[in-house]
Amino acid sequence: MIARVFRAMGARTVDGIWRLGFATRFFFAILLRSGTSFARFQLTIREVFSTGVLSLIIILVSGFFVGLVLGLQGYETLQRYGSSEALGILVALSLVRELGPVVAGLLFASRAGSALTAEIGLMKTTEQLKAMDMMAVDPIARVVAPRFWGGVISMPLLAALFSTMGVFGAWFIGVVFIGVDDGAFWSQMQASVDFRYDIVNGVIKSVVFGFAVALIAVFEGYDSAPTAEGVSRAITRTVVNSALAILALDFVLTSFMFRGNG
Amino acid sequence: MNRTVLDLWVGVFVAVGVAAVLFLALKVGNLASANIGETYRLQANFDNIGGLKPRAPVKSSGVVVGRVTEITFDPNLYVAVVKMDVDKRYSFPRDTFATILTSGLLGEQYIGFEVGGDTEMLQAGATITKTQSAVVLEKLISQFMFNKAAESPTAPEQ
Repeated sequence: MIARVFRAMGARTVDGIWRLGFATRFFFAILLRSGTSFARFQLTIREVFSTGVLSLIIILVSGFFVGLVLGLQGYETLQRYGSSEALGILVALSLVRELGPVVAGLLFASRAGSALTAEIGLMKTTEQLKAMDMMAVDPIARVVAPRFWGGVISMPLLAALFSTMGVFGAWFIGVVFIGVDDGAFWSQMQASVDFRYDIVNGVIKSVVFGFAVALIAVFEGYDSAPTAEGVSRAITRTVVNSALAILALDFVLTSFMFRGNG
Repeated sequence: MNRTVLDLWVGVFVAVGVAAVLFLALKVGNLASANIGETYRLQANFDNIGGLKPRAPVKSSGVVVGRVTEITFDPNLYVAVVKMDVDKRYSFPRDTFATILTSGLLGEQYIGFEVGGDTEMLQAGATITKTQSAVVLEKLISQFMFNKAAESPTAPEQ
């Protein structure tokens, strides 16, 4: 009994490390065979459409609502200290530094990442990838790489849109409804949000998350067991692993970028 | 290769995304007003900088005229050396007083310039000699307590 438990644990560990190694090799294979996705940019454009443009609605609406909530909660707390004008700073910093990239990344993983996995997994199940191989079309260059780059391109743009909508949402609830001073809201925000320190770091975060989510999504699809159950498991793994990767990377990046000396 | 409807949507998406980054940079951040343009370097030694941080503003009459760039400790004089970049458009007399002030009760700390009457101006790389350290609240309170303690015996007992 105990031996079986240990054997199962060992098997899972070895399998995990094996997959990690394969994923790393897969990542370099994508990078090496990315020529097609830029030479025939139309392929990548189509993926930007399906991962980026089709995610717009959920990103914009979620961003707006997150901004509304931040505005309300922030005002509630700040007004106790008589500094409700600092609402702009609070909202802008938390969105640009953290919430924008992270929440947009989580939404992106569940909206676009899962779709990528399902698409590639189904192509594998129906042996379309093998058929391409037979016709001397490299499936990684033709199918995987454009989807990967499409995700990488979309993610930073979506995160920026999320932050923008969030700031607008907070402005809407704070200035229009509650009556925080409009000028103070913007000027305090502008005085304490630094371009290089806050915004560029936020964009770097969203680019890193884009790479992580896109890689996990295409890898899980490519690595899925070619059955209906295998594809559904791969999709679940995409969402779970992407969320874990985003949160873990966020901690690492934050500890590098913001050391509390600003 | 022909243009497709897809391209239009992707174009709209990219344009809106770039506009969002620009909005963040210009309206939320302070890219437009951050670069003070041409600057010159000044230096000042403080006994105690309190909570002053790099990038803190340098103000004169409440107007931001520069930024703190670097704070180091001088091991020979045992003082904090604060280097700051000041806007080239403004020059200050040699006897300018540099004080570490706090905006509001709990706000961030900044350097305030109180202009003196000297006719000669501070040159680039000059060191401001007249400085006043940050107010340390604990010291202030202990001073107050000490004064109170010193007063009490003189008060008549009843």
